[in-house]
Amino acid sequence: MSDTTTETTMEVNAEARRILAVSISKLYASRSQRGGLRLHRSLLLSLVMRSARDIYHSSVPPAEPMDTSPEEPAELDLESGPQPDETSAELSLTARGGAHREEEGEPAEDKENQSPTRCSRKRRGKTSVAPHFLPSKRARLEPGEERHAALPPPPPVSCRIGPAESLTSLSLNRVIPAC
Amino acid sequence: MKCFSRYLPYIFRPPSTILSSSCHTEADIISTVEFNSSGELLATGDKGGRVVVFQREQESKSQPQRRGEYNVYSTFQSHEPEFDYLKSLEIEEKINKIKWLPQQNAAYFLLSTNDKTVKLWKISERDKRPEGYNLKDDDGRIRDPSTITSLRVPVLQPMDLMVEATARRVFSNAHTYHINSISVNSDLQTFISTDDLRVNLWNLEITDRSFNIVDIKPANMEELTEVITSAEFHPQQCHTFAYSSSKGSIRLCDMRQAALCDKHCKYFEEPEDPATRSFFSEIISSISDVKFSHNGRHLMTRDYLTVKVWDLQMENKPLETYQVHDYLRGKLCSLYENDCIFDKFECVWNGSDSVIMTGSYNNFFRMFDRNTKRDVTLEASRENSKPRAILKPRKVCVGGKRRKDEISVDSLDFSKKILHTTWHPHENIIAVAATNNLYIFQDKVN
Repeated sequence: MSDTTTETTMEVNAEARRILAVSISKLYASRSQRGGLRLHRSLLLSLVMRSARDIYHSSVPPAEPMDTSPEEPAELDLESGPQPDETSAELSLTARGGAHREEEGEPAEDKENQSPTRCSRKRRGKTSVAPHFLPSKRARLEPGEERHAALPPPPPVSCRIGPAESLTSLSLNRVIPAC
Repeated sequence: MKCFSRYLPYIFRPPSTILSSSCHTEADIISTVEFNSSGELLATGDKGGRVVVFQREQESKSQPQRRGEYNVYSTFQSHEPEFDYLKSLEIEEKINKIKWLPQQNAAYFLLSTNDKTVKLWKISERDKRPEGYNLKDDDGRIRDPSTITSLRVPVLQPMDLMVEATARRVFSNAHTYHINSISVNSDLQTFISTDDLRVNLWNLEITDRSFNIVDIKPANMEELTEVITSAEFHPQQCHTFAYSSSKGSIRLCDMRQAALCDKHCKYFEEPEDPATRSFFSEIISSISDVKFSHNGRHLMTRDYLTVKVWDLQMENKPLETYQVHDYLRGKLCSLYENDCIFDKFECVWNGSDSVIMTGSYNNFFRMFDRNTKRDVTLEASRENSKPRAILKPRKVCVGGKRRKDEISVDSLDFSKKILHTTWHPHENIIAVAATNNLYIFQDKVN
């Protein structure tokens, strides 16, 4: 009985990973399609990715080394919708650390009121200084990167994966097409 | 051959010709079809930004076989590809929607829209031209003044009929996101254009400003959870409109309540059945089309697998739910991979609101009779479209033994999809767009 359960869990796990991979490739492909990013489509893709990620997390057996760092933001958190007005450079698949932690039930980090010493160069909040539709000329730094400067630099694609998910990241990175 | 009048009261027959472009490119793919309010004209828009208008031939005793068929009346380039230099984005010329204005004089007016700009087109006939100018010849050359010895009044002479389309208004620069629908108000003075996050109200005479009446853009775009997928004015109440969302809900708004209609006065949503939950639940619950019934008492919505009819007086669940192609429920993963799950099917009412129609794959389209609860699947294909032949019902085999005329789910051609259909406002004539082909079926019993 437990063998069947484990097998089913692994199947679900594999399915979730496959869907995640397909979704990421679709998201990247949509960046180069004519007419620009479609907000509706991007939102639906992000919802599928979130479902897949949630199912993946819930189906991973507890014996596996997972979440060694609970503070580590989850990857591919697309609770935040895409922002097609910002060009593709802005569409980040990386974790919104605070948003993810809220979802997980952990104490939410107040992104709006970070102390100046940990200031994020990322523009956020209700009163953005610069218009949101201007393309960003430089890569944005994510909160995760600031806090964990000791980590090795992220892989070349912008899907930044933390150390806890290295197994997943390896397989996912392989399927991400170069844009 | 079984006559399918047992299934539905109509017998559809194809016309003598199928209207299609001679060479099929991406630009020829039909992206919208719409009858005008009298049914005399049928407009199609395509991915290349062109609008083709068909006119019904007057039935004449001398040519009874023509049976009021539709022929090309006017063709014009409505939208061209553009480039947004500020955002470095190309703006597609594809016509997303066409809406006719009711006819008020000899000319015809329609609104056509691409992702960013709505245009008002006037289609008029010219069958006379002035001749006998004093200063120039009839072919336009300037006359030598020394040869002019007397004055004459130009007179109108008959000429070959010419149909010309002119852009009378251009409504632009009001949408940050992609326009998905337009709807003309019953007051015939205003219309709305809708993108993913906003609904704008325009006056048909004024192009340099519009009023934003719905704005669901969150202050922080990271908090975005739903977008607007379609909006339509109520057919009789000029102050009421409805908009559908990607979450499967519909909001009815009253413009008299406030300038900004962010607060709905009715909210239609059916709770999700937890038993059918999957990775793709959100995608398949996204509403792709919303249409008021002609009598204004019902709403119809289309999501990926079903069509629902809602009573405007009952918000907590639909009045009727029709399964369009439930056999696809087990194939959602493949449909996600090949992008078909993102297809946006439209739905239409017939003139009396008793039958609803929507498209499917394999060039199938479905009709549901709301009174008898019968439904039928028909196919738009050249093989089945011999003139005066009756359209044969089709059936998809979902499992077990496949009968002779049935088609199995795995054999369905998902590249052949019918997304756009329209029904004549009074008669049983339907127009069905299958990629680059337009099929017009008429219910005529000879």
